[in-house]
Amino acid sequence: MQVLIQSIQKLFAMTQSYTDEFVDNSQLAGTPRQGWLSTLAKAPASEVLRLWEGLVAPESQVLRPAETGMVMVRGRTGGAGNPFNLGEMTVTRCAIRLATGETGIGYVAGRDKAHAYVAAVADAMMQSSVWHDQVRDGLIEPLQQASDARRDVLSRKAKATQVEFFTMVRDRKA
Amino acid sequence: MAYVAVKGGERAITNAHAWLGEMRRGDVAVPELSVAQIREQMGLAVDRVMAEGSCYDPDLAALAIKQARGDLPEAIFLLRAYRTTLPRFGASTPIETADMAVQRRVSAAFKDIPGGQVLGPTFDYTHRLLDFKLAADGGHEVPPAQVSEEVMPTQLATIAQVFAHEGLLEGDPVTDTSAQPYDLTREPMAFPADRDQRLQALARGDEGFLLSLAYSSQRGWGSTHPLCGEIRMGEVSVGFTPDELGFEIELADLPMTECIMLSGFAGSAEQAPQYTRGYGLTFGHNERKAMSMSIVDRALRGRELGEEGQAPCQDEEFVLYHSDVVEASGFVQHLKLPHYVDFQADLQFLRRLRREFFDAKAKALAEQAEHMKEAAE
Repeated sequence: MQVLIQSIQKLFAMTQSYTDEFVDNSQLAGTPRQGWLSTLAKAPASEVLRLWEGLVAPESQVLRPAETGMVMVRGRTGGAGNPFNLGEMTVTRCAIRLATGETGIGYVAGRDKAHAYVAAVADAMMQSSVWHDQVRDGLIEPLQQASDARRDVLSRKAKATQVEFFTMVRDRKA
Repeated sequence: MAYVAVKGGERAITNAHAWLGEMRRGDVAVPELSVAQIREQMGLAVDRVMAEGSCYDPDLAALAIKQARGDLPEAIFLLRAYRTTLPRFGASTPIETADMAVQRRVSAAFKDIPGGQVLGPTFDYTHRLLDFKLAADGGHEVPPAQVSEEVMPTQLATIAQVFAHEGLLEGDPVTDTSAQPYDLTREPMAFPADRDQRLQALARGDEGFLLSLAYSSQRGWGSTHPLCGEIRMGEVSVGFTPDELGFEIELADLPMTECIMLSGFAGSAEQAPQYTRGYGLTFGHNERKAMSMSIVDRALRGRELGEEGQAPCQDEEFVLYHSDVVEASGFVQHLKLPHYVDFQADLQFLRRLRREFFDAKAKALAEQAEHMKEAAE
Protein backbone atom coordinates (compact mmCIF):
# COMPACT_ATOMS: atom_id res chain seq x y z
CA MET A 1 0.00 0.00 0.00
CA GLN A 2 2.83 2.36 1.02
CA VAL A 3 4.59 1.58 -2.23
CA LEU A 4 1.47 2.33 -4.20
CA ILE A 5 0.99 5.70 -2.50
CA GLN A 6 4.63 6.58 -3.06
CA SER A 7 4.43 5.76 -6.72
CA ILE A 8 1.25 7.78 -7.12
CA GLN A 9 2.91 10.73 -5.36
CA LYS A 10 5.93 10.38 -7.60
CA LEU A 11 3.75 10.30 -10.69
CA PHE A 12 1.85 13.34 -9.47
CA ALA A 13 5.04 15.28 -8.80
CA MET A 14 6.30 14.38 -12.25
CA THR A 15 3.11 15.61 -13.90
CA GLN A 16 3.23 18.78 -11.83
CA SER A 17 6.75 19.68 -12.84
CA TYR A 18 5.91 18.81 -16.42
CA THR A 19 2.83 21.05 -16.58
CA ASP A 20 4.52 23.84 -14.59
CA GLU A 21 7.10 24.08 -17.27
CA PHE A 22 4.59 24.76 -20.05
CA VAL A 23 2.44 27.58 -18.89
CA ASP A 24 2.85 30.17 -21.57
CA ASN A 25 4.80 29.46 -24.68
CA SER A 26 2.65 31.53 -26.99
CA GLN A 27 5.65 33.73 -27.74
CA LEU A 28 7.06 30.71 -29.59
CA ALA A 29 4.33 30.87 -32.25
CA GLY A 30 5.72 31.34 -35.73
CA THR A 31 9.04 29.84 -34.76
CA PRO A 32 10.90 27.02 -36.49
CA ARG A 33 9.61 24.73 -33.73
CA GLN A 34 6.09 25.12 -35.07
CA GLY A 35 7.38 24.04 -38.45
CA TRP A 36 9.17 20.89 -37.34
CA LEU A 37 6.34 19.85 -35.02
CA SER A 38 3.91 20.17 -37.94
CA THR A 39 6.20 18.18 -40.22
CA LEU A 40 6.49 15.42 -37.61
CA ALA A 41 2.72 15.43 -36.99
CA LYS A 42 1.74 15.10 -40.65
CA ALA A 43 4.35 12.60 -41.84
CA PRO A 44 3.32 8.95 -42.28
CA ALA A 45 4.36 6.92 -39.22
CA SER A 46 6.18 4.33 -41.36
CA GLU A 47 8.35 7.02 -42.93
CA VAL A 48 9.16 8.64 -39.58
CA LEU A 49 10.16 5.31 -38.03
CA ARG A 50 12.22 4.27 -41.06
CA LEU A 51 14.29 7.49 -40.96
CA TRP A 52 14.51 7.36 -37.16
CA GLU A 53 16.33 4.03 -37.37
CA GLY A 54 19.24 5.81 -39.06
CA LEU A 55 19.65 8.26 -36.17
CA VAL A 56 21.38 7.95 -32.81
CA ALA A 57 19.17 9.22 -29.98
CA PRO A 58 20.31 10.24 -26.49
CA GLU A 59 18.80 8.88 -23.27
CA SER A 60 15.41 10.30 -22.44
CA GLN A 61 12.85 10.09 -19.69
CA VAL A 62 9.19 9.65 -20.56
CA LEU A 63 7.13 12.40 -18.91
CA ARG A 64 3.87 11.27 -20.40
CA PRO A 65 3.63 7.91 -22.14
CA ALA A 66 2.18 7.93 -25.62
CA GLU A 67 -1.61 8.22 -25.45
CA THR A 68 -4.19 8.14 -28.24
CA GLY A 69 -7.16 10.47 -28.20
CA MET A 70 -9.13 12.70 -30.53
CA VAL A 71 -9.28 16.26 -31.72
CA MET A 72 -12.61 17.65 -32.90
CA VAL A 73 -12.12 19.12 -36.37
CA ARG A 74 -14.08 22.32 -36.86
CA GLY A 75 -15.37 23.60 -40.17
CA ARG A 76 -16.77 27.02 -40.91
CA THR A 77 -20.34 27.72 -41.95
CA GLY A 78 -20.36 28.50 -45.66
CA GLY A 79 -16.58 27.99 -45.78
CA ALA A 80 -15.57 31.15 -43.93
CA GLY A 81 -18.21 31.83 -41.27
CA ASN A 82 -18.92 30.71 -37.72
CA PRO A 83 -17.39 27.39 -36.65
CA PHE A 84 -19.26 24.09 -36.45
CA ASN A 85 -18.11 20.63 -35.40
CA LEU A 86 -17.40 18.52 -38.47
CA GLY A 87 -16.09 15.35 -36.83
CA GLU A 88 -13.14 14.06 -34.87
CA MET A 89 -9.75 12.74 -35.91
CA THR A 90 -7.47 10.39 -34.01
CA VAL A 91 -4.33 11.96 -32.55
CA THR A 92 -1.53 10.48 -30.42
CA ARG A 93 0.63 12.50 -28.04
CA CYS A 94 3.73 11.89 -25.94
CA ALA A 95 6.10 13.95 -23.80
CA ILE A 96 9.71 13.18 -22.93
CA ARG A 97 12.73 14.92 -21.38
CA LEU A 98 16.35 14.50 -22.40
CA ALA A 99 19.02 14.02 -19.74
CA THR A 100 20.29 17.47 -20.76
CA GLY A 101 16.94 19.03 -19.82
CA GLU A 102 15.19 19.67 -23.14
CA THR A 103 11.53 18.67 -23.09
CA GLY A 104 9.99 17.27 -26.23
CA ILE A 105 6.31 17.19 -27.11
CA GLY A 106 4.93 14.98 -29.84
CA TYR A 107 1.42 15.39 -31.24
CA VAL A 108 0.83 13.28 -34.35
CA ALA A 109 -2.14 12.38 -36.52
CA GLY A 110 -3.31 8.79 -36.13
CA ARG A 111 -2.82 6.11 -33.50
CA ASP A 112 0.83 5.15 -33.82
CA LYS A 113 2.44 5.42 -30.36
CA ALA A 114 5.98 4.90 -31.65
CA HIS A 115 5.40 7.80 -34.05
CA ALA A 116 4.32 10.10 -31.19
CA TYR A 117 7.29 9.01 -29.06
CA VAL A 118 9.76 9.62 -31.88
CA ALA A 119 8.16 13.01 -32.57
CA ALA A 120 8.63 13.95 -28.89
CA VAL A 121 12.28 12.86 -28.80
CA ALA A 122 12.97 14.55 -32.13
CA ASP A 123 11.35 17.76 -30.84
CA ALA A 124 13.64 17.75 -27.79
CA MET A 125 16.71 16.99 -29.90
CA MET A 126 15.84 19.83 -32.30
CA GLN A 127 16.02 22.18 -29.29
CA SER A 128 19.51 21.00 -28.39
CA SER A 129 22.49 22.51 -30.15
CA VAL A 130 24.20 19.11 -29.89
CA TRP A 131 21.54 17.16 -31.74
CA HIS A 132 19.75 19.79 -33.81
CA ASP A 133 21.59 19.40 -37.11
CA GLN A 134 21.53 15.62 -37.07
CA VAL A 135 17.75 15.49 -36.60
CA ARG A 136 17.13 18.29 -39.06
CA ASP A 137 19.21 16.62 -41.79
CA GLY A 138 18.28 13.03 -41.05
CA LEU A 139 14.59 13.36 -40.21
CA ILE A 140 12.83 16.73 -40.54
CA GLU A 141 14.15 17.77 -43.94
CA PRO A 142 13.67 14.39 -45.63
CA LEU A 143 10.11 14.24 -44.26
CA GLN A 144 9.37 17.76 -45.46
CA GLN A 145 10.86 17.02 -48.87
CA ALA A 146 8.78 13.86 -49.23
CA SER A 147 5.67 15.80 -48.23
CA ASP A 148 6.45 18.61 -50.70
CA ALA A 149 7.12 16.11 -53.48
CA ARG A 150 3.82 14.32 -52.83
CA ARG A 151 1.97 17.64 -52.85
CA ASP A 152 3.71 18.68 -56.03
CA VAL A 153 2.68 15.50 -57.89
CA LEU A 154 -0.95 15.83 -56.72
CA SER A 155 -1.00 19.44 -57.86
CA ARG A 156 0.35 18.52 -61.32
CA LYS A 157 -2.11 15.64 -61.69
CA ALA A 158 -4.94 18.03 -60.84
CA LYS A 159 -3.63 20.59 -63.30
CA ALA A 160 -3.65 17.94 -66.03
CA THR A 161 -7.42 17.54 -65.53
CA GLN A 162 -8.23 21.22 -65.98
CA VAL A 163 -10.78 21.82 -68.73
CA GLU A 164 -9.65 24.07 -71.53
CA PHE A 165 -12.79 25.50 -73.08
CA PHE A 166 -12.88 26.53 -76.68
CA THR A 167 -15.80 27.92 -78.62
CA MET A 168 -16.94 26.39 -81.90
CA VAL A 169 -17.58 28.95 -84.64
CA ARG A 170 -20.25 27.76 -87.00
CA ASP A 171 -19.92 28.83 -90.59
CA ARG A 172 -23.50 29.42 -91.77
CA LYS A 173 -22.52 29.74 -95.43
CA ALA A 174 -21.10 26.24 -95.67
CA MET B 1 -41.53 -2.32 -21.11
CA ALA B 2 -40.39 -3.66 -24.41
CA TYR B 3 -37.92 -6.29 -23.34
CA VAL B 4 -37.81 -9.36 -21.21
CA ALA B 5 -34.68 -11.08 -19.90
CA VAL B 6 -34.14 -14.29 -21.77
CA LYS B 7 -31.55 -16.81 -20.71
CA GLY B 8 -30.31 -19.87 -22.42
CA GLY B 9 -29.10 -18.39 -25.71
CA GLU B 10 -25.36 -18.32 -24.93
CA ARG B 11 -24.42 -21.42 -26.85
CA ALA B 12 -26.54 -20.43 -29.83
CA ILE B 13 -25.00 -16.93 -29.82
CA THR B 14 -21.43 -18.27 -29.61
CA ASN B 15 -22.09 -20.64 -32.48
CA ALA B 16 -23.81 -17.92 -34.53
CA HIS B 17 -20.80 -15.63 -34.10
CA ALA B 18 -18.39 -18.41 -35.06
CA TRP B 19 -20.40 -18.95 -38.23
CA LEU B 20 -20.43 -15.19 -38.86
CA GLY B 21 -16.61 -15.25 -38.65
CA GLU B 22 -16.48 -18.04 -41.18
CA MET B 23 -18.89 -16.24 -43.51
CA ARG B 24 -16.84 -13.05 -43.19
CA ARG B 25 -13.76 -14.91 -44.35
CA GLY B 26 -15.61 -16.49 -47.29
CA ASP B 27 -13.98 -19.13 -49.45
CA VAL B 28 -10.54 -19.80 -47.91
CA ALA B 29 -9.22 -20.68 -51.36
CA VAL B 30 -9.51 -16.94 -52.11
CA PRO B 31 -6.78 -14.80 -50.48
CA GLU B 32 -7.88 -12.82 -47.42
CA LEU B 33 -8.30 -9.04 -47.78
CA SER B 34 -5.90 -6.98 -45.71
CA VAL B 35 -6.96 -3.78 -43.97
CA ALA B 36 -4.40 -1.92 -46.10
CA GLN B 37 -6.02 -3.31 -49.28
CA ILE B 38 -9.42 -2.03 -48.17
CA ARG B 39 -7.95 1.33 -47.20
CA GLU B 40 -6.21 1.72 -50.56
CA GLN B 41 -8.70 0.13 -52.96
CA MET B 42 -12.07 0.78 -51.28
CA GLY B 43 -11.21 4.41 -50.57
CA LEU B 44 -14.69 5.86 -51.07
CA ALA B 45 -16.25 3.30 -48.71
CA VAL B 46 -13.57 4.24 -46.17
CA ASP B 47 -14.39 7.94 -46.69
CA ARG B 48 -18.10 7.36 -46.12
CA VAL B 49 -17.47 5.39 -42.93
CA MET B 50 -15.20 8.15 -41.59
CA ALA B 51 -17.70 10.90 -42.48
CA GLU B 52 -20.74 9.25 -40.91
CA GLY B 53 -18.70 7.58 -38.18
CA SER B 54 -17.59 11.15 -37.46
CA CYS B 55 -13.98 10.06 -36.92
CA TYR B 56 -11.12 10.52 -39.37
CA ASP B 57 -8.86 7.45 -39.29
CA PRO B 58 -8.59 5.52 -42.57
CA ASP B 59 -7.08 2.40 -40.93
CA LEU B 60 -9.86 2.16 -38.34
CA ALA B 61 -12.53 2.70 -41.00
CA ALA B 62 -10.99 0.00 -43.23
CA LEU B 63 -10.85 -2.40 -40.28
CA ALA B 64 -14.50 -1.64 -39.49
CA ILE B 65 -15.48 -2.36 -43.11
CA LYS B 66 -13.63 -5.69 -43.00
CA GLN B 67 -15.23 -6.65 -39.69
CA ALA B 68 -18.69 -5.61 -40.91
CA ARG B 69 -18.37 -7.72 -44.08
CA GLY B 70 -18.73 -4.55 -46.13
CA ASP B 71 -21.95 -3.45 -44.41
CA LEU B 72 -21.21 0.27 -44.20
CA PRO B 73 -23.84 1.29 -41.60
CA GLU B 74 -22.52 -1.56 -39.40
CA ALA B 75 -18.96 -0.29 -39.97
CA ILE B 76 -20.08 3.25 -39.07
CA PHE B 77 -21.59 1.85 -35.84
CA LEU B 78 -18.27 0.11 -35.02
CA LEU B 79 -16.30 3.32 -35.56
CA ARG B 80 -18.73 5.37 -33.47
CA ALA B 81 -18.46 2.81 -30.67
CA TYR B 82 -14.66 2.86 -30.80
CA ARG B 83 -14.44 6.65 -30.62
CA THR B 84 -16.29 6.64 -27.30
CA THR B 85 -13.28 4.84 -25.77
CA LEU B 86 -10.89 7.70 -26.57
CA PRO B 87 -10.31 10.91 -24.60
CA ARG B 88 -10.66 14.21 -26.41
CA PHE B 89 -7.60 16.45 -26.44
CA GLY B 90 -9.53 19.48 -27.66
CA ALA B 91 -10.87 21.10 -30.78
CA SER B 92 -9.02 22.27 -33.87
CA THR B 93 -8.78 25.82 -35.08
CA PRO B 94 -11.65 26.21 -37.57
CA ILE B 95 -10.29 25.05 -40.92
CA GLU B 96 -9.82 27.30 -43.95
CA THR B 97 -11.18 25.49 -46.99
CA ALA B 98 -10.20 28.48 -49.15
CA ASP B 99 -6.59 27.33 -48.61
CA MET B 100 -7.36 23.75 -49.68
CA ALA B 101 -4.73 22.02 -51.85
CA VAL B 102 -7.30 21.42 -54.55
CA GLN B 103 -7.43 18.13 -56.46
CA ARG B 104 -10.86 18.79 -57.94
CA ARG B 105 -12.88 21.96 -58.27
CA VAL B 106 -15.82 22.48 -60.55
CA SER B 107 -18.45 25.19 -60.74
CA ALA B 108 -21.60 24.34 -62.64
CA ALA B 109 -22.83 27.92 -62.25
CA PHE B 110 -19.83 29.89 -63.43
CA LYS B 111 -17.87 28.51 -66.37
CA ASP B 112 -15.06 31.03 -66.10
CA ILE B 113 -14.41 30.71 -62.38
CA PRO B 114 -10.81 31.89 -61.75
CA GLY B 115 -8.50 28.88 -61.55
CA GLY B 116 -10.66 27.01 -64.03
CA GLN B 117 -12.68 23.85 -63.97
CA VAL B 118 -10.49 21.08 -62.57
CA LEU B 119 -12.03 17.62 -62.87
CA GLY B 120 -9.72 15.59 -60.63
CA PRO B 121 -10.23 11.83 -60.18
CA THR B 122 -13.95 11.67 -61.01
CA PHE B 123 -16.54 9.11 -62.14
CA ASP B 124 -18.22 11.93 -64.09
CA TYR B 125 -18.09 11.41 -67.87
CA THR B 126 -17.30 7.70 -67.51
CA HIS B 127 -19.67 5.52 -69.57
CA ARG B 128 -20.74 3.34 -66.65
CA LEU B 129 -19.89 0.23 -68.63
CA LEU B 130 -18.45 -2.64 -66.62
CA ASP B 131 -14.71 -2.84 -67.19
CA PHE B 132 -13.84 -6.51 -67.44
CA LYS B 133 -10.14 -5.71 -67.44
CA LEU B 134 -10.54 -5.15 -63.70
CA ALA B 135 -11.88 -8.71 -63.35
CA ALA B 136 -8.63 -10.21 -64.64
CA ASP B 137 -6.54 -11.81 -61.91
CA GLY B 138 -3.52 -9.61 -61.24
CA GLY B 139 -1.20 -8.16 -63.82
CA HIS B 140 -3.73 -5.46 -64.70
CA GLU B 141 -1.60 -2.48 -65.55
CA VAL B 142 -2.97 0.88 -64.54
CA PRO B 143 -1.98 3.59 -67.00
CA PRO B 144 -0.37 6.35 -64.93
CA ALA B 145 -2.21 9.62 -64.39
CA GLN B 146 -0.99 12.50 -66.52
CA VAL B 147 1.30 14.92 -64.73
CA SER B 148 1.17 18.49 -65.97
CA GLU B 149 4.25 20.62 -66.40
CA GLU B 150 2.41 23.30 -64.47
CA VAL B 151 1.23 23.21 -60.87
CA MET B 152 -2.09 24.40 -59.50
CA PRO B 153 -2.21 27.83 -57.87
CA THR B 154 -1.57 27.50 -54.13
CA GLN B 155 -4.95 29.09 -53.45
CA LEU B 156 -8.07 28.93 -55.62
CA ALA B 157 -10.56 31.75 -55.09
CA THR B 158 -13.90 30.46 -53.87
CA ILE B 159 -17.13 31.37 -55.68
CA ALA B 160 -17.95 33.58 -52.69
CA GLN B 161 -14.67 35.48 -53.00
CA VAL B 162 -15.14 35.91 -56.75
CA PHE B 163 -18.49 37.68 -56.36
CA ALA B 164 -17.83 39.28 -52.96
CA HIS B 165 -17.31 42.81 -54.27
CA GLU B 166 -20.72 42.93 -55.99
CA GLY B 167 -22.72 41.59 -53.07
CA LEU B 168 -24.45 39.12 -55.39
CA LEU B 169 -23.86 36.30 -52.92
CA GLU B 170 -24.64 36.45 -49.25
CA GLY B 171 -21.54 36.53 -47.08
CA ASP B 172 -20.78 34.21 -44.22
CA PRO B 173 -19.58 36.64 -41.61
CA VAL B 174 -17.99 35.45 -38.40
CA THR B 175 -20.55 36.85 -35.99
CA ASP B 176 -19.50 35.11 -32.83
CA THR B 177 -15.94 34.21 -32.00
CA SER B 178 -16.51 33.49 -28.32
CA ALA B 179 -19.26 30.86 -28.36
CA GLN B 180 -18.39 27.19 -28.63
CA PRO B 181 -20.24 25.52 -31.48
CA TYR B 182 -22.96 23.05 -30.53
CA ASP B 183 -21.55 19.56 -30.04
CA LEU B 184 -23.92 16.65 -30.60
CA THR B 185 -21.37 14.24 -29.14
CA ARG B 186 -21.76 16.04 -25.79
CA GLU B 187 -25.26 17.53 -25.90
CA PRO B 188 -28.54 15.95 -26.97
CA MET B 189 -30.46 17.10 -30.02
CA ALA B 190 -32.49 20.22 -29.12
CA PHE B 191 -34.84 22.51 -31.03
CA PRO B 192 -34.95 25.07 -32.50
CA ALA B 193 -31.51 24.13 -33.82
CA ASP B 194 -28.99 26.73 -34.90
CA ARG B 195 -27.02 26.28 -38.07
CA ASP B 196 -23.89 24.96 -36.32
CA GLN B 197 -25.92 22.17 -34.75
CA ARG B 198 -27.68 21.41 -38.04
CA LEU B 199 -24.42 21.29 -39.98
CA GLN B 200 -22.85 18.87 -37.50
CA ALA B 201 -25.92 16.63 -37.66
CA LEU B 202 -25.89 16.72 -41.48
CA ALA B 203 -22.14 16.04 -41.62
CA ARG B 204 -22.75 12.88 -39.53
CA GLY B 205 -26.02 12.13 -41.32
CA ASP B 206 -26.81 9.15 -43.49
CA GLU B 207 -25.87 9.77 -47.11
CA GLY B 208 -28.87 7.91 -48.49
CA PHE B 209 -31.34 9.83 -46.32
CA LEU B 210 -29.83 13.21 -47.22
CA LEU B 211 -29.66 12.27 -50.89
CA SER B 212 -33.36 11.40 -50.93
CA LEU B 213 -34.27 14.59 -49.07
CA ALA B 214 -32.21 16.68 -51.50
CA TYR B 215 -33.86 14.86 -54.39
CA SER B 216 -37.33 15.46 -52.95
CA SER B 217 -36.48 19.15 -52.63
CA GLN B 218 -35.33 19.32 -56.24
CA ARG B 219 -38.54 17.61 -57.38
CA GLY B 220 -40.69 20.24 -55.70
CA TRP B 221 -41.19 19.21 -52.07
CA GLY B 222 -39.66 22.39 -50.67
CA SER B 223 -37.58 23.36 -53.68
CA THR B 224 -34.82 25.91 -53.26
CA HIS B 225 -33.95 25.89 -56.99
CA PRO B 226 -30.28 25.14 -56.34
CA LEU B 227 -27.37 25.87 -58.63
CA CYS B 228 -24.04 24.27 -57.91
CA GLY B 229 -21.82 27.25 -57.15
CA GLU B 230 -18.75 25.19 -56.42
CA ILE B 231 -17.54 21.75 -55.44
CA ARG B 232 -13.98 21.38 -54.28
CA MET B 233 -12.07 18.34 -53.06
CA GLY B 234 -8.54 18.27 -51.75
CA GLU B 235 -6.45 18.43 -48.60
CA VAL B 236 -7.13 20.94 -45.86
CA SER B 237 -4.68 21.66 -43.07
CA VAL B 238 -5.98 21.04 -39.54
CA GLY B 239 -4.39 23.25 -36.88
CA PHE B 240 -4.47 22.54 -33.16
CA THR B 241 -3.03 24.28 -30.10
CA PRO B 242 -1.92 21.77 -27.47
CA ASP B 243 -2.16 23.15 -23.93
CA GLU B 244 1.43 22.29 -23.11
CA LEU B 245 2.76 24.13 -26.16
CA GLY B 246 0.55 27.20 -26.10
CA PHE B 247 0.95 27.74 -29.86
CA GLU B 248 -0.70 26.19 -32.87
CA ILE B 249 0.77 23.32 -34.85
CA GLU B 250 -0.59 21.66 -37.97
CA LEU B 251 -1.72 18.13 -37.18
CA ALA B 252 -2.70 16.84 -40.58
CA ASP B 253 -3.73 17.61 -44.14
CA LEU B 254 -7.10 15.90 -44.33
CA PRO B 255 -8.88 15.21 -47.62
CA MET B 256 -12.30 16.86 -47.63
CA THR B 257 -15.12 17.63 -50.04
CA GLU B 258 -16.96 20.95 -49.90
CA CYS B 259 -20.03 22.09 -51.80
CA ILE B 260 -21.55 25.54 -52.05
CA MET B 261 -25.06 25.52 -53.50
CA LEU B 262 -26.58 28.80 -54.67
CA SER B 263 -30.22 29.57 -54.22
CA GLY B 264 -32.22 32.65 -55.11
CA PHE B 265 -33.50 35.11 -52.54
CA ALA B 266 -35.89 37.89 -53.54
CA GLY B 267 -34.69 40.21 -50.80
CA SER B 268 -36.62 42.19 -48.23
CA ALA B 269 -37.14 45.82 -47.22
CA GLU B 270 -33.67 45.88 -45.62
CA GLN B 271 -31.89 43.37 -47.80
CA ALA B 272 -31.22 43.69 -51.54
CA PRO B 273 -31.94 40.60 -53.65
CA GLN B 274 -29.00 38.21 -53.73
CA TYR B 275 -28.06 34.56 -53.84
CA THR B 276 -28.19 32.67 -50.58
CA ARG B 277 -26.02 29.65 -50.00
CA GLY B 278 -26.34 26.11 -48.73
CA TYR B 279 -23.21 24.48 -47.35
CA GLY B 280 -21.90 20.93 -47.43
CA LEU B 281 -18.63 19.59 -46.02
CA THR B 282 -17.44 16.04 -45.44
CA PHE B 283 -14.28 14.12 -44.66
CA GLY B 284 -12.76 12.42 -47.69
CA HIS B 285 -14.01 12.39 -51.26
CA ASN B 286 -17.75 12.31 -50.83
CA GLU B 287 -19.39 14.47 -53.43
CA ARG B 288 -22.90 13.02 -53.42
CA LYS B 289 -23.03 13.58 -49.67
CA ALA B 290 -21.57 17.11 -49.77
CA MET B 291 -24.04 18.16 -52.49
CA SER B 292 -27.03 16.61 -50.71
CA MET B 293 -25.94 18.23 -47.45
CA SER B 294 -25.73 21.67 -49.04
CA ILE B 295 -29.24 21.39 -50.53
CA VAL B 296 -30.72 20.22 -47.21
CA ASP B 297 -28.78 22.88 -45.27
CA ARG B 298 -30.30 25.55 -47.50
CA ALA B 299 -33.80 24.08 -47.22
CA LEU B 300 -33.51 24.11 -43.43
CA ARG B 301 -32.81 27.86 -43.41
CA GLY B 302 -36.48 28.61 -44.12
CA ARG B 303 -37.13 30.13 -40.69
CA GLU B 304 -34.18 32.51 -41.01
CA LEU B 305 -35.08 33.54 -44.59
CA GLY B 306 -38.81 33.87 -44.04
CA GLU B 307 -39.82 30.94 -46.22
CA GLU B 308 -43.00 29.25 -45.08
CA GLY B 309 -42.26 25.69 -45.99
CA GLN B 310 -44.04 22.52 -44.96
CA ALA B 311 -42.02 20.02 -47.00
CA PRO B 312 -40.07 17.26 -45.21
CA CYS B 313 -36.67 18.75 -46.15
CA GLN B 314 -37.68 22.07 -44.55
CA ASP B 315 -38.73 20.52 -41.24
CA GLU B 316 -35.67 20.55 -39.00
CA GLU B 317 -37.12 18.19 -36.40
CA PHE B 318 -38.05 15.68 -39.09
CA VAL B 319 -34.65 15.95 -40.78
CA LEU B 320 -32.38 16.05 -37.73
CA TYR B 321 -34.24 13.41 -35.72
CA HIS B 322 -34.04 10.93 -38.58
CA SER B 323 -30.72 11.61 -40.27
CA ASP B 324 -28.40 9.57 -38.05
CA VAL B 325 -27.79 6.11 -39.50
CA VAL B 326 -26.70 4.57 -36.19
CA GLU B 327 -29.80 5.79 -34.36
CA ALA B 328 -32.15 4.93 -37.23
CA SER B 329 -30.67 1.51 -37.77
CA GLY B 330 -30.67 0.80 -34.05
CA PHE B 331 -34.30 1.74 -33.59
CA VAL B 332 -35.57 -0.17 -36.60
CA GLN B 333 -33.43 -3.20 -35.86
CA HIS B 334 -34.20 -3.36 -32.15
CA LEU B 335 -37.53 -4.81 -33.26
CA LYS B 336 -35.81 -8.13 -33.83
CA LEU B 337 -34.82 -8.41 -30.16
CA PRO B 338 -37.22 -10.41 -27.98
CA HIS B 339 -40.54 -8.62 -27.48
CA TYR B 340 -42.18 -11.70 -25.96
CA VAL B 341 -43.95 -9.82 -23.18
CA ASP B 342 -45.31 -7.17 -25.55
CA PHE B 343 -46.60 -9.89 -27.80
CA GLN B 344 -48.15 -11.83 -24.92
CA ALA B 345 -49.88 -8.72 -23.59
CA ASP B 346 -51.06 -7.90 -27.10
CA LEU B 347 -52.37 -11.42 -27.55
CA GLN B 348 -54.39 -11.26 -24.34
CA PHE B 349 -55.82 -7.92 -25.32
CA LEU B 350 -56.58 -9.05 -28.86
CA ARG B 351 -58.28 -12.25 -27.61
CA ARG B 352 -60.48 -10.22 -25.30
CA LEU B 353 -61.40 -7.79 -28.10
CA ARG B 354 -62.27 -10.68 -30.37
CA ARG B 355 -64.33 -12.35 -27.65
CA GLU B 356 -66.23 -9.09 -27.11
CA PHE B 357 -66.69 -8.69 -30.86
CA PHE B 358 -68.14 -12.17 -31.30
CA ASP B 359 -70.25 -11.90 -28.15
CA ALA B 360 -71.72 -8.61 -29.38
CA LYS B 361 -72.34 -10.11 -32.80
CA ALA B 362 -74.07 -13.20 -31.33
CA LYS B 363 -76.14 -10.96 -29.11
CA ALA B 364 -77.17 -8.81 -32.07
CA LEU B 365 -78.11 -11.90 -34.06
CA ALA B 366 -80.16 -13.25 -31.18
CA GLU B 367 -81.94 -9.91 -30.78
CA GLN B 368 -82.59 -9.79 -34.51
CA ALA B 369 -84.03 -13.33 -34.45
CA GLU B 370 -86.18 -12.40 -31.46
CA HIS B 371 -87.36 -9.30 -33.27
CA MET B 372 -88.26 -11.24 -36.42
CA LYS B 373 -90.05 -13.83 -34.34
CA GLU B 374 -92.11 -11.11 -32.67
CA ALA B 375 -92.88 -9.54 -36.06
CA ALA B 376 -94.02 -12.89 -37.46
CA GLU B 377 -96.36 -13.41 -34.53
